[in-house]
Amino acid sequence: MAEAKGTPRWGMAIDLDRCTGCQACVVACKQENNVPFSSPEEAAYGREMAWIRVMAITEGEYPKVKTRYLPMLCQQCDNPPSVKVCPTGATYKNPEGIVGQIYPRCIGCRYCANACPYQVKDFNWYNWSGFRWPQEMRQSLNPDVSLRPRGVIEKCTFCHHRLQKARDQAAIEGRKVKSEGEYVPACVQSCPAQAMFFGDLNDPETTIAKLARSSRAFKMLDELGTEPKVIYLKEGEWSATPRE
Amino acid sequence: MRHLESRQALQDEDAVLFRPILRTGGQFYLVAAGLLAVALWGFYAFSQQLRYGLGVTGLNRPVYWGFYITNFVFFIGISHAGTLISAILRLCRAEWRRPITRMAETITVLVLFFGLGSIIMDLGRPDRALFVIPFLQYGRVQSPLVWDVMSISMYLTASTIYLYMPLIPDIALLRDRVTGWRRGFYRALSLGWTGSPRQHRHLEIAIAIMAVLVIPIAVSVHTVVSWVFAMTIQPMWHSTIFGPYFVAGAIFSGIAALIITMALIRKVYHLEDYLKPLHFNYLGILLLVMTMLWFYFTFAEYITTYYGSAPDEMAVFWEKLTGRYATFFWAMVLFDFVIPFTILAYNRTRRTISGTVVASLSVVIGMWLERFTIVVPTLVNPRLPWSRGVYFPTWVEISVTVGAFATFTLLYMLFTKFFPIVSIWEVREGRERGLREVEERIREYLPGPARPEKARVSPEPPLVR
Repeated sequence: MAEAKGTPRWGMAIDLDRCTGCQACVVACKQENNVPFSSPEEAAYGREMAWIRVMAITEGEYPKVKTRYLPMLCQQCDNPPSVKVCPTGATYKNPEGIVGQIYPRCIGCRYCANACPYQVKDFNWYNWSGFRWPQEMRQSLNPDVSLRPRGVIEKCTFCHHRLQKARDQAAIEGRKVKSEGEYVPACVQSCPAQAMFFGDLNDPETTIAKLARSSRAFKMLDELGTEPKVIYLKEGEWSATPRE
Repeated sequence: MRHLESRQALQDEDAVLFRPILRTGGQFYLVAAGLLAVALWGFYAFSQQLRYGLGVTGLNRPVYWGFYITNFVFFIGISHAGTLISAILRLCRAEWRRPITRMAETITVLVLFFGLGSIIMDLGRPDRALFVIPFLQYGRVQSPLVWDVMSISMYLTASTIYLYMPLIPDIALLRDRVTGWRRGFYRALSLGWTGSPRQHRHLEIAIAIMAVLVIPIAVSVHTVVSWVFAMTIQPMWHSTIFGPYFVAGAIFSGIAALIITMALIRKVYHLEDYLKPLHFNYLGILLLVMTMLWFYFTFAEYITTYYGSAPDEMAVFWEKLTGRYATFFWAMVLFDFVIPFTILAYNRTRRTISGTVVASLSVVIGMWLERFTIVVPTLVNPRLPWSRGVYFPTWVEISVTVGAFATFTLLYMLFTKFFPIVSIWEVREGRERGLREVEERIREYLPGPARPEKARVSPEPPLVR
């Protein structure tokens, strides 16, 4: 694939018709980004943390019931409601469209978490960076990603550290980052069903740009005008909010 | 000679207003000790939160806000008791305001610290609270939370000045009555007040300017508090009515808090002669108007949601009316409308002090519940069908809340021990000038020449020191 022409606009496509709900993306993300573990009690309390979660959606009525899986991560909105309300600019959108979080600037007011309609921002309820990180798991900490202190919000960054690595490599070779294949987040890389795609939405030749134009493509809560850069693909109608 | 006479007269007149400052009984220390114990318990709970983080609260994903934000909105609402009511009454030249303005303004200044404190306690990183300062730190003026910070700090500054300025003549009175270290304390605070006509003129102009300034600031404060919610796109938060709805609710709870405070002070300091049933009756009428206004706004808010019937909004709507928060919602309707309206609509119950006090207690409880039913039910019902929330406060949040109320009461009690809680010089001004002014004003309303006897109007006699 060719080099990016202008400023890239990184986006992701997730094919729900291919997703098996295996949770490989969740595990890969936790490993890659040093996302804290939580005990079953804490999880039951609504304190578990994950930058990507696989949601089960039940469609149809008994006895014709079908369960579908939907990986939910930061939608990397072009018009992010969380960035608008942040009092300190800790949540921001970078020029390539990735919504990031500056941990040392976050005051932990959780306004962004409440403003986000996708519920994909996680708060550090406990002190993870210190002694609570299990001893036997410390070897597997990813040195490229800093641990977050207690009391700040964290979120999916599209594995921004991987973009930085790719940029460095490209700079050494005197070129720009390729619009597809060179920079890939951990979840996309790990997907065994090949349901996830990643690349530059601004380059019309990338797989993801083609998928975005597909008739199967839809965006989550598109009606809110948040302009997500995570695109879901599914055959047939998407029943947006099935309620229990 | 005249000076001595006025000094003598002052000894007898209004002596009861000086008594709390000059003498402190054992009961005061007993109550203060009790409140201090509760306050310390609250501080202990907060220290646990500082040590272990927000994990000790009942907050979770997706209910990121709970008791603290409820308290924040509630305390900021109570703050409208004072400065706003006092400023409006002053500008309207409502003569009956004189004994109550100081009490009201003191509520404002003290309660604002708890409003600001509630936000800081809610932060995951309270040590970074100052990051929100715009221009100097990282504060983004686009964020509604930063509007709050700016508006509330402006309100706190303005209402502190507005409390302090009318205190100066009273501080000067105290300066001349006490000895020892307190004399130095009052001398410093009285800013060289001698009570000359020139000083009086300047003070009155300054108070009038502040009274005008404070009203738009007060309105802006609760407007931007509501906009913290309304500027998001969350169901039943994103509402254009929230600004005026919150301002009305704030004045509503503020008047109620003022009535309760007045009744307590009247009882404890024996001010039956100053705070008469008619003061409670007049404020009761204001409270009645606000009850109806509150009901109007609430009805308008819910009926538009119901007829719009957007599915995400309806989930929150039914959660409040028939779901897990139905108890809170209907209790709110009972305490904010049914009880106060019934009591205040009838002359027989409104014209008694106990009637207005019961109505006010009901309103204060109801308004806390209102803030709670605005903050939490939206958060437990996010747009997307997964992660339905549950929220129960822990002992930490309850202790901190109770501790905040106790600390506020304690600070208020201490204030009454250092400064006259009834504005002495303004009461005297009412006697010496107000009576005459009202008569003249009424004469102006009537047909015929406005000022038949010019000589009687001016010059202004110098007021008491």
